[in-house]
Parts: sequence; C-alpha cells; structure tokens
Amino acid sequence: MWPSVAGVFSIGLSFCGRSESTITDFVARGAFLGKSFLWEWGLRLVLMQSNFLILYFMSSPLTVEEAKAQVDAQTREMISWHFSPETGCPYWLDWAKRAGWDPREKVQGFADLLHFDNFDDEVLRKEDPARFIPRAFEGRPYNVFETGGTTGMPKQRIGWDDYKTDYTEFSEHYGPDFFPQGANWLMVGPTGPRRLRMAIEHLANIRGGACYFIDLDPRWVKRLIGMGEMQMAKVYQEHVIDQAVTILRHRDIQCLFTTPRLLESLSLRMSLADAGIRGVFAGGTTMTPQYVKFIQEEVLEGKINYAPTYGNTLMGLAISKKREVGEYSLTYYAPQPRAILRVVSPDDPREVVGYGEYGRVELTTMTKEFFMPRFLERDEAIRRPECEEFPWDGVGDVRPFQSGSKAVIEGVY
Amino acid sequence: MEIPILRLGEVYESADVVELNEKVATHTANPGLIRRDLLRVAEAKAALDAIPAENLADYCEAAAELFMNADLPCGDVLQGPDDYVESLSALTRLPHTLVRMNMGKIHAAMSQIRTVIGGLTRGMSLEIFDQGMTQVGDLAVNYYPVTSSLGVSLPSNAPAVNSLWLPALVMKIPVLLKPGREDPFTPLRIVQAMIQAGFPKEAFGYYPTTHEGGDTLLTSCGAGIAFGSDVTVRKYAPFPKIQVHGTGRSKVLIGEDYIDRWEEFIDVLVTSISANGGRSCINTSAILVPSHGEEIAEALAASLAEIRPLARDDADALLCGFANPAMAEGIDGMIESLLKEGGARDVTAAFRGGERKVEAFDQTYLCPTLVSCEGREHALANTEFMFPYASVVEMPQEEMLGSIGETLVVSAFTEDQSWIKELMLSPDIERLNIGAFPTNRVQWEQPHEGNLFEFLYHRRAIQGDLSGFS
Repeated sequence: MWPSVAGVFSIGLSFCGRSESTITDFVARGAFLGKSFLWEWGLRLVLMQSNFLILYFMSSPLTVEEAKAQVDAQTREMISWHFSPETGCPYWLDWAKRAGWDPREKVQGFADLLHFDNFDDEVLRKEDPARFIPRAFEGRPYNVFETGGTTGMPKQRIGWDDYKTDYTEFSEHYGPDFFPQGANWLMVGPTGPRRLRMAIEHLANIRGGACYFIDLDPRWVKRLIGMGEMQMAKVYQEHVIDQAVTILRHRDIQCLFTTPRLLESLSLRMSLADAGIRGVFAGGTTMTPQYVKFIQEEVLEGKINYAPTYGNTLMGLAISKKREVGEYSLTYYAPQPRAILRVVSPDDPREVVGYGEYGRVELTTMTKEFFMPRFLERDEAIRRPECEEFPWDGVGDVRPFQSGSKAVIEGVY
Repeated sequence: MEIPILRLGEVYESADVVELNEKVATHTANPGLIRRDLLRVAEAKAALDAIPAENLADYCEAAAELFMNADLPCGDVLQGPDDYVESLSALTRLPHTLVRMNMGKIHAAMSQIRTVIGGLTRGMSLEIFDQGMTQVGDLAVNYYPVTSSLGVSLPSNAPAVNSLWLPALVMKIPVLLKPGREDPFTPLRIVQAMIQAGFPKEAFGYYPTTHEGGDTLLTSCGAGIAFGSDVTVRKYAPFPKIQVHGTGRSKVLIGEDYIDRWEEFIDVLVTSISANGGRSCINTSAILVPSHGEEIAEALAASLAEIRPLARDDADALLCGFANPAMAEGIDGMIESLLKEGGARDVTAAFRGGERKVEAFDQTYLCPTLVSCEGREHALANTEFMFPYASVVEMPQEEMLGSIGETLVVSAFTEDQSWIKELMLSPDIERLNIGAFPTNRVQWEQPHEGNLFEFLYHRRAIQGDLSGFS
C-alpha cells in the first residue's frame, strides 16, 4: 500500500534548499498548472482525488552522470577536508604521515579511493574517538555513538549533525502523509548509546511530533542466546513488547520505528491498524521478499505505510526504492554523496560485481564529521542499477555475508 | 514443479522460492508465518475433535493405499507413485529400490495404524481420544492432550521416519511439518493422501522453511519432534517439550554363548549395517564381540565390499549417493584422519580394491566401510555416518553394557538370561532386540524412540461418579 498524498516530491527541492512551506505552495501551484508542468519537474502523478494531487516518490533531478560528478566533487572536498592540517582529524593526518602519500594529490575522484585499503573497523574499537575530531570542529560538543549488538569493546563513532542531515532527508523523501505530519512516534528497539535513538527523535520532531521510546538491549539478548538461555531471551522480548503495547494503548501514536521481528511480535498482540498506526519505519535485519510480503499483508494488514531501510551508525540511512504492487524485493540506495555503497567481488573487493549478481557490500562514508573509505560490511547484496528516484547503484536483498544459497530465484517477485 | 506452503491446509505461495534442482522449487515460509498460523491452531484441533477417532483411523488406513498408488497433488502438478520415486531419488540420491522400501514402511505404518496406536497406548480403545476416558480392565483412566499442535522438523535422509508423526492425527493433534530440504515430497504426499482420505485439511501445516523457521516451529508448537545429530540434541536440550531423535549409535552385542556361531550371523550383520543405504539411526554402527573379532571383521568386510555403487534406477542398487558431495568428502577425510591416529584398521580397504569415495553414475558415493578397532575408546569405535559403516571391537561380555553409552537400538545375540536381565534394566538402550535380529528390525506395536502417546497426552487421576461415561 502506497501513500495517499504528496510524498517524496520534496527530495528534489531539498537540494535547492527550500523549506517545507515552500514545498506545499509548490504542490498547489503545480496542481494548478497541470500535469505537464509536474512531469517537467520529474514528479510522478499517480491519481487525482477530490481536487487534491496524489503523489509519491519523485525522480531525482540528477542524471546518472550528474550524480557521479557530485560524488567525485564530494570526494575531492572531503579528502581535502580530512587531510588538511587546518581541518583534518589527528587519526587521518597521522595515517597519511605513516602511509607516505598524500591523498589530496592522488585522489581526484571517487574511483581514486581505491588507493586506500579496505577500512579496518577495529580502529573504531581501539582508537580514542577524540582522535577523529576534525580540527575545524575542535571545541564543539559532540556525541559518541556505538554500533549495535556487539559484545566486548564496542565500535564508536563521533558525530555532530550528520544524523540530523540523514533523517531530515529521509523525512523529506516520504513527504507529509506517509508518516502523518504532527503525529507522535514510538521507537521500540536499541536506544542506549546508539545514533538511531537520537535520529528517530529528530525525525519525529521535524515532522511536528514527539517520540516515545521502549529500549531493547541487543547486547543482553546476544548474551542470553550465547548462554543458551533461549527462554529468558523470549521473556525479555515479551517484556519489551508488553511495554510497547501499554504505550500504544494509552497514548496517541501513529508512527512506529522498530525491527521487523519486534513489529511482528507487536502485531501478534494487537491490530496495529486498529491501534491507529499509519506508518512504520523498520530496519536492522535481513528482509527477504517473503518477509516484506508477510509484513505488508499480514502484520500491517495492507493498511499501514511501510518504509524498510538499511543503515547503521557508520553509514546513515539507505532508503528503499518504491516498489510496484506485488513486488517485494527491496533495493536500498545510499544517501549519496555522503555515503556510497558498492557491491564488490568477495574475491577481489576492488572490483564491483555485475548487475544482478550477489557480492559483498562495501561502504564509503564521506562527511565533514567522518571519513571511512571502503569498509567491507558483513553483508552481501545483489547489485542493482539506478532507478527513477536514485540515479546511482543500489543494493538489493541484503543478507548476512555468505549466508545465502545461490539457489534463490531472482525475478519471481 | 513448485511446491507450495500449506497453512492449515490452505495453499500459500511465498515470495521466497528456492530451486532444489532444475525441476523442483519450494516456496519458503518465513518464521512469522508459522507463528501467525499457530494463533489459529484451535480451529485445526476443533476440526479433528469433530471426527470420531475410529473414523480417523479408517481414514488413515485408506490413506495408506492412496499414498502407495494414487496421483496426489504436489504443488502445481499431480504426482503419481513412480513420479514420486524418481523425484525423491533425484533429490536425495536414494536409489529407487530404497525409496520403494521406505514407501512400504510408511504404507505399513498407515495401514496398521490401529496396531501402532495400540502399541503406544498399551491397547486402550481409540475412544480415549474422543472423550478422554476409557476402561483398562476395571479401571477408569483419563488422559488429556498436553498440546494442541505437534511441530515436526523432518530429515532428508530417511523418508520412513514420517511414519513417526502419523499417529498424532488419529490422536487428534494437528501437525505442523518442516520437510527436510531434499525431501519435500514424502510429508506432502502423506498429507495429501490423508486429506483425500477424509482428514480435515486444517489439521496440516506444511512449511518448507529455513533453520530459523524450523526452530520457530519446534519452539512455538506445544510439542516438537526433531531429527538430527548430537549437535541437534544439544541445541534443543533446554526445551523439555522438544523430543530429539539424534544419532542412533545402534549396536550389535554378541554374547559368549553365541560367539562360536558367528559365521551364521554374517548375513544378518551385513543387512543390519547396510539396509536403507546405511543411512538410518537404526543401522548398526558398532559390533561388540567377546572373541573372534578379526575373523568377524574380515568376513563382514568381504561381504560389505561386494556392495558397489549402481545407478539410482538399478533394481539391485543398495548404496545411496550424496546429494552434497562435500559431505561425502568431509566424512571420507575424517575417517582417513582418524585411521592415521592408529589403533584402528579399515578392513574393507583390502577387499574393495579402490578408494572409499567413488564418483560414479553422476554422483558421489562412499563405499561400505568396516573398521576393526583395538578398543572402545577409539573415535571410530562408537560413531555413525550416513553410509554403511560399522566398527568391530573385541571386549569381554561383562564390559559391554558399561561401555555402550546412549544407544538407540541394541540387538543382543544371546540367550544368557542373567545378561538379558541386565540389558533390560539398562537406561542406555532405547530399543532392545533379543536374539539374532538386525538392529533395523521394526515391530509396529512397539514404540520407536520415545512414546508419542505419552508425549502428547498425560494421564490424570479420575475418581467419583463416572456413570455418565460408558
């Protein structure tokens, strides 16, 4: 089920730096001027109802070539930022001294990042996070974020505004009604030292709502499972769901962020549609096409908007492209140019695999706050081509690295 | 052929389809589907409760014939018995002969369902499943179901084990089945035969699914049965409601009173080791003898080495190929590595005149292997592999019982009454054959491993005015 009113339309305008009110005006004027005007702007007109335009997901204003040029420009700018003594951080400046080459000279475009080896994420456990503070940001208070369900010393990343940028863009992508404007949110999932907790609250706030939280500690769940305490893990999950059900029953909540598994557990207790939920944003685990079908048809009863995403503390948020009715395979697109996903050969991670083939997911993050070249994720995915909304490569049917059988048939969805 | 999911009898097509070979694909259930269906399992139970158990037993007997002979729905096609044999053989690499033998076992379990259930309930009337009450002699007994669903995670290597869950339906307990990856056919064919014979379709869930889906099925149903290795046993040990059929480590123990007649038993021992391709947990994997160890090993090895790889459709085929050649390679490598440690000898090597692992007829085989071990401590002396494999160990009779460890089947070749008494009191033996019988001998009135009736039903004390029940 797709949104019923103006949706991702705003993403193209956000590149132009327009505000939400400007967008609303634009919709009105666009409607008045008619369909052809809208198509010029790459908007997709779905249907008209009660004299109100029904829109969702717009084409990107960029061509494939322009998107590539944008990434190359971002690469040059971020390399210059992170490897200049005036702006860079101690970690990368020291790295450049040891490496014996100056990235500012060798790296003139994204392809030149192959001069870097794959980023070793152990660095994020071993190094003091303060060594990643860009000189230009010295003195500004910062957040320390940790990655998900690890045990032992966690991986840490510092940040200032990146999460706001990512989630503002996500919000604009889905427009005012997919997640109703002004509605309150409930997040059921890992909070604690995670970026996600602040990101969801930011998302709720910029859309005019407040956010309630129910915490789930994935480290404790991992430990319980490691100890063979499956029953206790189940009891803990029930404890989390109990709290979520209580909030949903006693507060006005219309939007939900959670993991697919918790979402399903919630739906076993109550009809989410009857509880007033209008939009669900989920991520954090593998979602096969069947999983998506199941969530949409049975968990959400075909009545609730569903936004599956792929992301983590190191990347931000990759949005899944719109799907046709009966299409359940997910393809995610990184928030370029701030982060770039490639699907590379497990045997030679310098090379991307062909379209339609599985390979390992490689992430490069390039913002002023954080630089991480060519990190090999513990996931594999199908390399998918650009689409109307995102003129760059996507990653499809993401699953844990080397977990799958090659016998999964593509194209039956 | 696309094999669908059955959600309490209703066909469901998944968006995840796994291709098993160029002809067969299965729709894969996500775990949530199973959890959601279990919310409605009371409907399935009610559908079974509405039919007298005598009728259900009649249906089961009728289903036996349908299973053997009818064209039954298998996904988007109707599958006849010959198609079933070839399709299953192509996926599991069981030769046609063994598929037909397994069909026969399932047919027998279905057609003799009253005998089977009588064996499990010790002869109680089937009315126990209709009203929870019956008379045993002068005593009124009351049993009640402890679950409204039985989840079964099935293996790929032994179609006949499907006979173990069959009685649950006559006992009015709905079943949710996870077929083994290479055998989606057998449980589905049984289910379709039972539905066609009169069972309500709601009583059946059939879910080709992932390992996670299998875990969900077992832990979410009120009772579960799993098949697997020692790893499977350990995995489900914390779950008392899951009964695990693990490694059998079935053994033949020859007593001092029988050992001088050892030559008479060679054929029985060969059958015991190699029947069903040596894949079952009830195949003999160790033979303990008080003397004549080397002679017995040589004679057995000579006979076993005559069992050669043949094409799947050869009428004389006894050996199974491996659907996954890497597994054959792993087993072969493990045996070779353990042999190198010393204390054990592959006696068959000299007779077969070649390697254990053979590529033939477009598949990989492991040829029968008989290993003579110097002591019970050797790693090859008490293990089990998915092909005809056994060890022979010589030890005094009085030490045998203390050294067998947990064993699914013991065939004790003896008439020594005091030793038989010890065997009967041993907590390590699940099934006991007394006399020169192969370990794979099946008597339908005896429970296999655990008693399904006692697993699904508990007895309650019942006193007072029971005149309302006759």
